[in-house]
Amino acid sequence: MNILTLLVIIPVLTVLGLIFTKDHKQARVLSAIGMGLEFVASLVLLWMFFKERGAGNTSDFLFDYNVMWFKSLNIHFHVGIDGIGVLMILLTSIISFAGVFASWEMKDLAKEFFIFLILLATGVFGFFIAQDLFTMFVFYEIAVIPMYVLIGIWGTGPKEYSAMKLTLMLMGGSALLQVGLLGVYYYSGNAAGLHTFDISELSQMHFPFAMQKFFFPFIFVGFGVLGALFPFHTWSPDGHASAPTAVSMLHAGVLMKLGSYGAFRVAMYLMPEAAVYFADLFLVLSGFSVIYGAFVAVRKTDLKYINAYSSVSHVGLILFALMMFTKTAFTGAILQMISHGLMTAMFFGLIGMIYGRTGTREIYKMGGLMKILPIISATYVIAGLASLGLPGLSGFVAEMNIFVGAWENPNLLNRIFTVVAVSAIVVTAVYILRVVGVLLMGPIKNDKFNKLHKVTWYERVVIILLMGSIAGIGLMPLWITDTIREGLIPIMERFVH
Amino acid sequence: MDLSNFFSIMRGEIILTVVIILLLIAEIAVKNKDKIIYLALFLFFVHTVIGFLGVQEGTLFGGMFQTNATINTFKNILNTGVLIVLLQSTSWVKNKMTECNRVAEFYILLFASLLGMYFMISAGDFLMFYLGIETASLPVAGLAAFDTFKKRSSEAALKYIFLAAVTSGVSLFGISLLYASSGTIYFSEMTQYLTNGNLVTLGFLFFITGLLFKISIVPFHLWTADVYEGAPIGVTSYLSVISKGASAFILMIILYTMAKPLIEMWREVIYILAILTMFTGNLFALRQKNMKRFLAFSSIAQAGFVILGMISGTQIGMASVIFFLTTYIFSNLGAFGVVYAIANKTGKENMDDYNGFYRTNPLLSILMMLALFSLAGIPPVAGFFGKFFLFMSAASEGYYWLIFIAVINVTISLYYYLLVVRAMFIRPNDNPIPFFKSDWAMRLGLLIPAAGILLLGLYGPVYEHINDLVGMFLK
Repeated sequence: MNILTLLVIIPVLTVLGLIFTKDHKQARVLSAIGMGLEFVASLVLLWMFFKERGAGNTSDFLFDYNVMWFKSLNIHFHVGIDGIGVLMILLTSIISFAGVFASWEMKDLAKEFFIFLILLATGVFGFFIAQDLFTMFVFYEIAVIPMYVLIGIWGTGPKEYSAMKLTLMLMGGSALLQVGLLGVYYYSGNAAGLHTFDISELSQMHFPFAMQKFFFPFIFVGFGVLGALFPFHTWSPDGHASAPTAVSMLHAGVLMKLGSYGAFRVAMYLMPEAAVYFADLFLVLSGFSVIYGAFVAVRKTDLKYINAYSSVSHVGLILFALMMFTKTAFTGAILQMISHGLMTAMFFGLIGMIYGRTGTREIYKMGGLMKILPIISATYVIAGLASLGLPGLSGFVAEMNIFVGAWENPNLLNRIFTVVAVSAIVVTAVYILRVVGVLLMGPIKNDKFNKLHKVTWYERVVIILLMGSIAGIGLMPLWITDTIREGLIPIMERFVH
Repeated sequence: MDLSNFFSIMRGEIILTVVIILLLIAEIAVKNKDKIIYLALFLFFVHTVIGFLGVQEGTLFGGMFQTNATINTFKNILNTGVLIVLLQSTSWVKNKMTECNRVAEFYILLFASLLGMYFMISAGDFLMFYLGIETASLPVAGLAAFDTFKKRSSEAALKYIFLAAVTSGVSLFGISLLYASSGTIYFSEMTQYLTNGNLVTLGFLFFITGLLFKISIVPFHLWTADVYEGAPIGVTSYLSVISKGASAFILMIILYTMAKPLIEMWREVIYILAILTMFTGNLFALRQKNMKRFLAFSSIAQAGFVILGMISGTQIGMASVIFFLTTYIFSNLGAFGVVYAIANKTGKENMDDYNGFYRTNPLLSILMMLALFSLAGIPPVAGFFGKFFLFMSAASEGYYWLIFIAVINVTISLYYYLLVVRAMFIRPNDNPIPFFKSDWAMRLGLLIPAAGILLLGLYGPVYEHINDLVGMFLK
């Protein structure tokens, strides 16, 4: 059996198995087993991938699996993977595995919670391996729609509002995407006159510039909504703040990356000339969200909102890097996807642990947590340092690549915005250190907080998994950057004229 | 006329007529009215199965009546839909209709209307077409008034019959104008006389009004919500899927064969009507609280998508519309089935009553969610594929702005479909609808749509089969 189809089959089987579980204990154990297997499968995939590459297989996509789905429309179920995809799969499996442990104490309708959570993960796994735009679109929507129920039932605060806003905005994005995909399909045509959705076939074609100019905004903005492109980012803070812990982790960690990955992999890859044409517009928008997200985060006092706006800022950095068109910046963008995915999942996991104990997310109502919850607090500090780019952790590697790559672009506007975006790191330091100062240091403000229970084993699993990965990237960045750079070769060819 | 030809080409119609006559006899002969229910179910099941055996292609009465594999396939789809409606209505007929002794009537009227639709979609000339469309709509008025003890039900029937009479009058006027300009009533001969002249344009537009009324295209939609709300739920679901599906199908056949020379003209008409219909249906659906009215406006919006798919005028257009109608029949019957099951047990029809429904009746809620997602067009359920292919067919002729408007409407529609999901899954309720079990017929009537919703799209050969049939038909 093809290893890539296995990546979709394992979660689907887990979902089917979950239907027959009787209580929350069975449900969580089964989910952990399923996602654990998925994690193992993605490690095996990584190993197989390097073995193939080591053996000299240089085709763009490995483990190709292609079956006809709708013959008359030439729609295939087509999966395949390159270096970038392997890393995204690994990221997804780490976070979804951690997500199961972060919701270990879920009791209310636990079975349903895990079903929707793993359904969401299925969509994400499928998206990253899809090589056919139709297949990709199907998985994309499967990944988005469970969010509605997940936030609506198990969320907190104004959950109905947030869930509806998030779903409608994201589905609105996918509606735009649909128009763009159809345009790409009908402007393609091989010798036999058949249109195609196949990405590698499409990349061999040259679309007329007028067509690119019309459809590029549809696809880029369609994906950009999920990638929190300003001004379509407003679903993100509300959605993340209302969502339950594991959902925030998965959503900010991987789902938002679907947006930037798709914008890169579909919009820019297939329509490079339009990408260059529109670069300035999207550079300004994404540069603005880098700065704007950081400044709003400074003013927020709810932990989840702080992290949600910080996500807007950091994810904005990905789109910002994509608009630089240099290999280093692209490498940085992919690295930032992975690094931010791990960091933000770590943050949301920790916030969930703190909220579960104290019952509040307002930073001014808490204080001195370092004394009461040393492990959680110390992890928070490390994740914070990673977020503001301390060398030795993943954030530094990513941001270094982005800014060096950005400066390689000699365009004046790009340089100006690079300077502006770099200054956002300072603002990042402000809101991270403020949280550390107010929340973790200082006196204990509430006597009740003296009796908070210690870190449990399943929380340790979350911390070790995510912290290990963050430090792993920071200490050994080269194998990842090499894998990414290798995956970027065919994409870079599109931008050389 | 060769008699054996007559029996093989009109087999479906003849069997259905025999079923109706048998039920008439049973009404007189059988004392226990419950037995008639099962007799009707059984006879119609047999009829459906025979329909799937395939049919001889050909024409009868000098071209008045035609049938081929595509038409027969669509009749089979309609049969399946009617079978689901019958299964879902069983307990309502048993509880409400046996006491007032109107069991057989219900089935006879329903089958008579279906027979009319058969003739309508098999029509080869205007005479047969008009005969069919009237046979189809008169019994529906009787069916809509079936809850005679409810005032709304009679009101619905009156509204329907008045408006149907007016539109069929307009339609007849159109037919006479077309006849005046061509001198023929046969579809196949008409084609060569259809040139872009004022008389032809006027006649053609008047003529299709009758069908647009049935599909509830704006501005002929005003009856929809009131009739859907007043009629018994089984009749409502019949109106919203079978009647609408058959009318959309024949409209498409007329546009694609007879009116092919007028394609530039009717494309403009469809372009405007599709936009109007989608927006009207969706925007009115946003505020509905009664589930039947809600589904009525949702079905108006769906009709807008259906005619949007017709705009291409090519093979993919026809195949995608038939495929979409199939998925729509299953999804809408799934949604109506759940509404029906709840109304049967509790009499509740409002969205607020559904609050907290998942915690007491998880299976029904899941089915409702799947059906609504299918109507909204969310993968991996069938409706997604249906809608995607509709948009593909419109895109094949370059109607990207129309698709853009349509996808905006999909997003709007998602909002109100999610309102029902919100009520069932998210909203708490101190006094939710208690757990209940439906009888076997209802469960079967829900199981078939559920299977259809889950499998039709993912299983590729269904669409391919329809596409092959359409390819043969258009040749």
